[in-house]
Amino acid sequence: MADNNEAPQLDRADSRVRNDQGLAGAMRGFYDRVRSGDLGMLPVVIGLVLISVVFTTLNPVFLAPNNLVNLLFDAAAVGLIALGVVCVLLLGEIDLSIGSMSGLSSAIIGVLWVNSGVPLLVAIGGAVAAGATVGFIYGVLRNNFEMPSFVATLSGLLALLGLQLYLLGSTGSINMPFTSPLVKFGQILIMPMWLSLILALLPGALMVYTGVSTMRRRQAANLSSEGLSVVLVKAGVLTAALLFAVYYLSLGRGVPWMFGVFVGFVAALDYALTRTKWGRSMFAVGGNAEAARRAGINVGMIRLSAFVLCSSLAALGGVFAAARLASASQQAGAGDVNLNAIAAAVIGGTSLFGGRGSAWSALLGVIVIMAISNGLTLLNLSSSLRYMITGAVLAIAVIVDSLARRSRASSGRA
Amino acid sequence: MSDGASKKGDLILRLRGVSKQFGAVTALSDIELDIHAGEVVALVGDNGAGKSTLVKVLAGVHQPTAGTIEYLGKQVALDTPGKAIDMGIATVFQDLALCENLDVVANLFLGREMNPWRMDEVQMEVRAWTLLKELAARIPSVREPVASLSGGQRQTVAIARSLLSDPHIIMLDEPTAALGVAQTAEVLNLIERVRDRGHGVILISHNMEDVRAVADRIVVLRLGANNGVFTPESSHQDLVAAITGASENSVSRRMARKLETAGE
Repeated sequence: MADNNEAPQLDRADSRVRNDQGLAGAMRGFYDRVRSGDLGMLPVVIGLVLISVVFTTLNPVFLAPNNLVNLLFDAAAVGLIALGVVCVLLLGEIDLSIGSMSGLSSAIIGVLWVNSGVPLLVAIGGAVAAGATVGFIYGVLRNNFEMPSFVATLSGLLALLGLQLYLLGSTGSINMPFTSPLVKFGQILIMPMWLSLILALLPGALMVYTGVSTMRRRQAANLSSEGLSVVLVKAGVLTAALLFAVYYLSLGRGVPWMFGVFVGFVAALDYALTRTKWGRSMFAVGGNAEAARRAGINVGMIRLSAFVLCSSLAALGGVFAAARLASASQQAGAGDVNLNAIAAAVIGGTSLFGGRGSAWSALLGVIVIMAISNGLTLLNLSSSLRYMITGAVLAIAVIVDSLARRSRASSGRA
Repeated sequence: MSDGASKKGDLILRLRGVSKQFGAVTALSDIELDIHAGEVVALVGDNGAGKSTLVKVLAGVHQPTAGTIEYLGKQVALDTPGKAIDMGIATVFQDLALCENLDVVANLFLGREMNPWRMDEVQMEVRAWTLLKELAARIPSVREPVASLSGGQRQTVAIARSLLSDPHIIMLDEPTAALGVAQTAEVLNLIERVRDRGHGVILISHNMEDVRAVADRIVVLRLGANNGVFTPESSHQDLVAAITGASENSVSRRMARKLETAGE
């Protein structure tokens, strides 16, 4: 890494740029970012450590492998919904009807699959299509009628809830057969050990591969690169953490398929947001919609895609929730589902103000939210207290978001 | 995307009777304007003369209430900014229209990313550095969000972005207002280089020195209407008179006062 005497690299030619290289450089860059209010994943990590310490001292069962497996089973449904919320939050919009949408979707599954005998996959397709339609309507209301999304989706909240109750009829609840693949998926199915091990090794391997190839290409183009040591350390830490997680969960039942599918969705959305033109346009519209429009981006289409994606993911989350509970009931999607999903996205680091965030925030945020909910349940606290505490956690997350935003503004980062 | 290959002297853009109303206010009335390949046309006029509105009409941001726009011999409707860019009309807006949360590379390529399904960040970064070098830009890092740049640096980014697609016409709305001495000279050089490559340039500026330095024709707008076409050789008094609408104006009175005090 001692190439200081050669011709300066393209992006290091300016004497005002600090030449951050290797591990020390990466650490210094991270420290600078945090200080200027670019907190990234830091609040989540701190939050998780705090939560684990507090709940484990109150009830040691909290960290037991099987309890964590249950936690992951619970996290998948809300996590999928939160993933959709990330999409709308990135644009500075909101969808308050995600809970109702997920409830409606589980009612659709119940009516189509259990009551009418439609094949399961077709029923799931129908539920997701219903979600896409609802999202399309929100998009049209926002684009063509300039209706603020919180009003449109607030009215959607009530309308969808009404539709859910109508579909479920007087009985109010449809039970799903315990031997069916859907319920097994939601309650029992665990990845085989070899597969979870491969999946634990995969991200690190991918990181090294893309890291090295990017480094080669950057060097060929005379651009600076972060250095092999940084890539290796990052990949090593990640792989070690994932392997430990898989090992620890395998002391219990293992890694749930449901959670694996959820993580797959997160990875796919992360790729779409960071590596495609669509993702870049999402951030641009969230940061400055008028500038995006003048750059030739079809702002309406981007908004439409975000609303459709959000409602579709909420519908799929509803299917997951139905699988978890083995029933479609009037309570599905009610209560704290809405708030949990939005809180998860915000806690994970997606800004309510648009233009900042990532798909991983849904994953990390939902683990925090579910850990709190799980811990409080272990303490035998009633849902009244759980609601109050979850509400307070969301408030704290928003305060952290706002303060970080102010700090970014004062240190010249959007 | 255009190839920008018009022959020098060809008529690229022809406006006839273009008007724009904002409610009861007439921002533009009956504007006529011709732009040829390889010429720099300066649009001058006092505040509120309609210069920026005209630029926004040509950029597809506002739609004209009346009138026709002919582009490369065909009548066109510029109904979205994307259409204007695709046709080869690039604009540097007065408010720059940058996304502060994105870095310089992302802003430069916004809407025209290389490889839409698997963005080629390395090549985009190299292209960004080459372009910024051509403009002699003093931007320390292209991987910092635009929010951390100074006004002048942002201006350079906006200009660089307009050049990226090799357009037929570039419109610059007050491009030198926030720039330092060296950057202003670079932008003027750049305008000449762009002109010599056969592009048409529309330059809006309040700085008469800059306008005279590069413009082939100077089109004066006043209160939303054409008020004469001048050349850089026209006298300063004539220009000021056309801009203010009277040969007896605050500028001439000030000059006269100065002459008097100097004569005493």
